[in-house]
Amino acid sequence: MSEKVLMKGNEAIAEAAIMAGCRHYFGYPITPQTEIAAYMAKRMPKIGGVFLQAESEIAAINMVYGVSAAGKRVMTSSSSPGISLKGEGISYLSGSDLPALVVNVQRGGPGLGGIQPSQSDYFQSTRGGGHGDYHMIVLAPSSVQEMASLTVKAFDLADKYRMVSMILADGTIGQMMEPVSLDIPPQKVYEKSWALTGTGCKRPHNVANSLYLKPEELEKTNFDRYAKYEEVKKNECLAETYLTDDAEICVVAFGIAARVSRNAVNQARAMGIKAGLIRPITLWPFPEKVLSDAADHIKSFISVELSMGQMIEDIELSTRCRRPVSLVNRAGGMIPTPAQVLERIVNQSKGGAI
Amino acid sequence: MIVASKPKSLLNVPLHYCPGCTHGIIHRLVAQAIDDLGIEGITIGVAPVGCAVLAYNYFAVDMAEAAHGRAPAVATGIKRADPSKVVFTYQGDGDLASIGMAETVHAAARNENITVIFVNNAIYGMTGGQMAPTSLIGQVTQTSPYGRDPKLCGYPVKVCEMLSELEGPEYLARVAVNSVRNVREAGKAIRKAFQNQIDGKGFSMVEVLSSCPTNWGMTPQAALKWIDDKMIPYYPLGVYKDRSAEEAR
Repeated sequence: MSEKVLMKGNEAIAEAAIMAGCRHYFGYPITPQTEIAAYMAKRMPKIGGVFLQAESEIAAINMVYGVSAAGKRVMTSSSSPGISLKGEGISYLSGSDLPALVVNVQRGGPGLGGIQPSQSDYFQSTRGGGHGDYHMIVLAPSSVQEMASLTVKAFDLADKYRMVSMILADGTIGQMMEPVSLDIPPQKVYEKSWALTGTGCKRPHNVANSLYLKPEELEKTNFDRYAKYEEVKKNECLAETYLTDDAEICVVAFGIAARVSRNAVNQARAMGIKAGLIRPITLWPFPEKVLSDAADHIKSFISVELSMGQMIEDIELSTRCRRPVSLVNRAGGMIPTPAQVLERIVNQSKGGAI
Repeated sequence: MIVASKPKSLLNVPLHYCPGCTHGIIHRLVAQAIDDLGIEGITIGVAPVGCAVLAYNYFAVDMAEAAHGRAPAVATGIKRADPSKVVFTYQGDGDLASIGMAETVHAAARNENITVIFVNNAIYGMTGGQMAPTSLIGQVTQTSPYGRDPKLCGYPVKVCEMLSELEGPEYLARVAVNSVRNVREAGKAIRKAFQNQIDGKGFSMVEVLSSCPTNWGMTPQAALKWIDDKMIPYYPLGVYKDRSAEEAR
């Protein structure tokens, strides 16, 4: 087993990105993800990479567009208000089928909100976030280890499907320190014959573009892209299940909320309550089948979120509302406690009102 | 003997520009500079949003289509991805001097080693003739129907003059394409702006005063004269910054 190092979640993302072959980072300062930029600023010049502090989040995402169009691995990171600004650029990347990694270390909103952890950008991320019909691949780490391993995976999926991948983290996991193994396998190299590398006077010109003035053509790009999304849905859904086989009550939570929920499930089990946990790791594609299969035997669900209740809608959709789903939540930078989740589990196990 | 032909760096396709518009001349000058410097195989262009949005269909080099105003940021990414490539943006006044002003100023301040072709025709053409950041005082447009009133919407932005105050940029020049002589001078400036990049000198921008007969409501000929009579007095032609030349002195 490889050596483990103690790292902050944000630093784990940065180092994993470098190990995945990313040599271009563009960002704009915003709390609570600043460690990623600081780490890149130190490391990139020493390994022949590029760290550039852009004049705005908008400029940063468009620099990402340029590097991606030129065929190289590239990333940016920000936090909620900054991600809203990047929405336009993410839409353009998606409309041009360009791969990139965007990291969102979420903070509370709306507006300027606060700087404490949140999961309230779930809708924004899983529905695309910018204008037009598109999706990003959204990965939700719940440990510092996953901040690293999912970052590597995110680059791979982005290249594989020519999509934007997002690491949807939160301020807690970004700031916490845990041991991490950075035993990262060599990265698959993807052929990028579409990249803007200069024609070399040997081929017709390549164009990176999302403009189609003929509606029939634009419609076709949308249908083709959604056919690709079906492949992603089929192949890439990820979820962790914990004690769900015999469970009657199932908590569903991702990121930091999943860690809180796991404690509550353990406590419930100690009390003899058949509780389990489903932790979606990909938020888009949402692990619909895991939820749908669970609904066959689970009596009720509890969605635990650091928001006013966003993922709960995907649980209801995935289970076609066959079972009741309740919400345990805090918002604005507050985090639900295990006791709060346990109380709901106990209440629901007694057939309490949902 | 062939004395003139279409540059290789322009594809043999019809351009969509209105009759009398000088975008076609500017496209040609850019393509000619690329041909003359023998860089068509390593050049990557970035098209704007606006009249030149379809420039990616016209240049024979690899092209990216940027979001409105973001061409200098996209060009920065492309250039940083591979500094051995030659990267240019082609932008109008709304794109460069209004929505994309921050990207313009900061690319210049960083002395990003790119070439910027800035087409200033004092109006938003593609959307049908609205007031631009460079529309002249008193100029009638769809969104300044009583003439541009500085009390209401301020003064037209002189981009070359403004950027020349920065330490960063290497080369800033304003040219026009309304006469044979001016076209020749414009060609030289554009070529220099590409040569500077090849030489690693940094941010080089050529502002080209261009006509928009359609939205100015003039004949092509009257539009060319309007550049002389109205635009050049407010936007004087000339070199606003040439750091290498200044340092050599």
